[in-house]
Amino acid sequence: MTNETTRSVWVFGDYRNYFQNRVTLQLISRAMDLSQKIGAEACVVVLGYEVDEWVGEYVAHGANKVYVTDHPSLRHYNVETYTNLLARMVTHHDPEILLIGATIFGREMAPRLAKRLQTGLTADCVGLDINDEGLLVQTAPSFGGNLLADIITPDHRPQMATVRPGVFQEIPHDYVRTGEIIRVPLPDDLPVPRARLVSVERPTQRGRNIEDAPIVICGGRGMGSKKKFSRLFELAGLLDAEVGATRPVVYEDWIGQEALVGQAGRHIKPQILFSFGISGAIQHTAGCNDARFIIAINKNPNATMMKMADLAIVADASQFCVALINELKRRIR
Amino acid sequence: MGAGTPTDGTSHGDKRGLELVVCVKHVPMVSELPWDPVTGTLQRDLGGGMMNPACRHALEAALQIREMRGGRITVISMGPPMAKEALMEAVAMGADRCMLITDPAFAGADTLATSYTLARLIELKCRDFDLILCGSATSDSETAQVGPQLAEELNIPVVAYVSHFAWWGGSLRLKRLSDSFLETLEMDTPGLITVTIQSFKPRYVPVGGVIDAYNAADIQIIDAACLDSHRDKIGQRGSATKILRVYSASAKKQNVVMTGSPRKIVEELFANFEDFIGGAASKDLKPGKKK
Repeated sequence: MTNETTRSVWVFGDYRNYFQNRVTLQLISRAMDLSQKIGAEACVVVLGYEVDEWVGEYVAHGANKVYVTDHPSLRHYNVETYTNLLARMVTHHDPEILLIGATIFGREMAPRLAKRLQTGLTADCVGLDINDEGLLVQTAPSFGGNLLADIITPDHRPQMATVRPGVFQEIPHDYVRTGEIIRVPLPDDLPVPRARLVSVERPTQRGRNIEDAPIVICGGRGMGSKKKFSRLFELAGLLDAEVGATRPVVYEDWIGQEALVGQAGRHIKPQILFSFGISGAIQHTAGCNDARFIIAINKNPNATMMKMADLAIVADASQFCVALINELKRRIR
Repeated sequence: MGAGTPTDGTSHGDKRGLELVVCVKHVPMVSELPWDPVTGTLQRDLGGGMMNPACRHALEAALQIREMRGGRITVISMGPPMAKEALMEAVAMGADRCMLITDPAFAGADTLATSYTLARLIELKCRDFDLILCGSATSDSETAQVGPQLAEELNIPVVAYVSHFAWWGGSLRLKRLSDSFLETLEMDTPGLITVTIQSFKPRYVPVGGVIDAYNAADIQIIDAACLDSHRDKIGQRGSATKILRVYSASAKKQNVVMTGSPRKIVEELFANFEDFIGGAASKDLKPGKKK
């Protein structure tokens, strides 16, 4: 450990694909807020090969400092190698906080790293803040998301947390911003990993169950007609979502029985549930009350579904669906 | 390195058979348990329990390996005495032996302390293991941390979220989907894998089998004194994290009401939730990108 006086909040620079990179930018934004509260600087660690593009982007998004190890042998992500390199850097610089995106890779590496550093780790945080004692309060869902827990790591450093994409908002990039870039050479005593990549491919999206979909769009009789209901499929296509329905809609044959969500149908637990024109009878809500975030659209603000929702949009479900489709098409192109 | 061809078991020269360890957790049957708002602790004893779903898939994967290569499956669990139920389920599915580590001294363990404790049991009772299998996550806490941390504690490799495997001589060929990359990896043994509920669908266990297991199961009970463990590394004392409070997620729901023309609401929706919706959809929803 060095006798550095500057405290720091670190973010693991996960850049392997668009969404891994996005969560890194979101964490940098949060790291800036947190470091301000404890008088620290926001740092990012980037490991890989030919990664200058990301280093520049992280500075433009707010990093005060970027530690980078750029080497051909880091061409592919490897849990053991990355754990080894990060553990050395952390031990050397002693950051207060280390944030890692809850990507599949991050979720595999972070626990291993926390164990090596003998510190605490909170998974899938939905909130991070600093309390009066200067400790990181990590808010994480517990028991299937029905409960939230505030967790601290009082005596061990760094205080580690993983965070899912989309929890925090990134700040716009600013290419005038400057940051310090510190090149860290690859150590020559790096052990050969015992789990090695043989090949990698990017498969096309496979068939998926509504139970596994991160976004589900449910429609009820409030959509108005079979024709209007069918717009939900277009919306689902745009959001890579699955479509579910209530019993009356299935009876009307606007959609097949397999889409029924509720007591007698599917039990879903998406990250986001869009509920279009559904009043919220218990037979239906029993199948979707584990949704993490509910956006309900209904003309009647007093409908049960609207009361259950995180966002209750008072509007005609069908008209709102059209407006949402138009906006998404404009943005996705 | 993985020289040779895939082996289906019988042709392989290893006569010992494989020593397989499966870690399982006993979890509450219901997703919402009553909890004490004052102490913030869950009243776990009020609900029924079962073996964590992903752990069943891990045991199924172990059973498939035993069928191919022969060997012995040891199922271990840490938990309160009633966690014995999950181990009886494991016996009914086909486990060779089961062990429960239970002691008030282990209570309140986070993943750091849990992985330490499981490692000590494995060193004591399954020292010559070839492969440890875990469910990728538990249905109650969903941290997905114990598997990788156990591997680190035992200083062995880990591959999480495995969907397929085959043996290549002394190493394992594994496939897993990681952040939209389908990876094929080669892992030396001894090692650890975690499996998700998408693969290795557990076999059907007839009710009679469960009843027989309840009547005849020989489950070893192991307490803190049996393990060569440091008092400071187990239970609450060995945990780096501390829970300040637990509260209902719905209490935090804001129930924001939005009104106006659909177009205006859509605009407002994206202004506030662009990253959130884009993150869930894995799509770039930022405006003005000329890609």
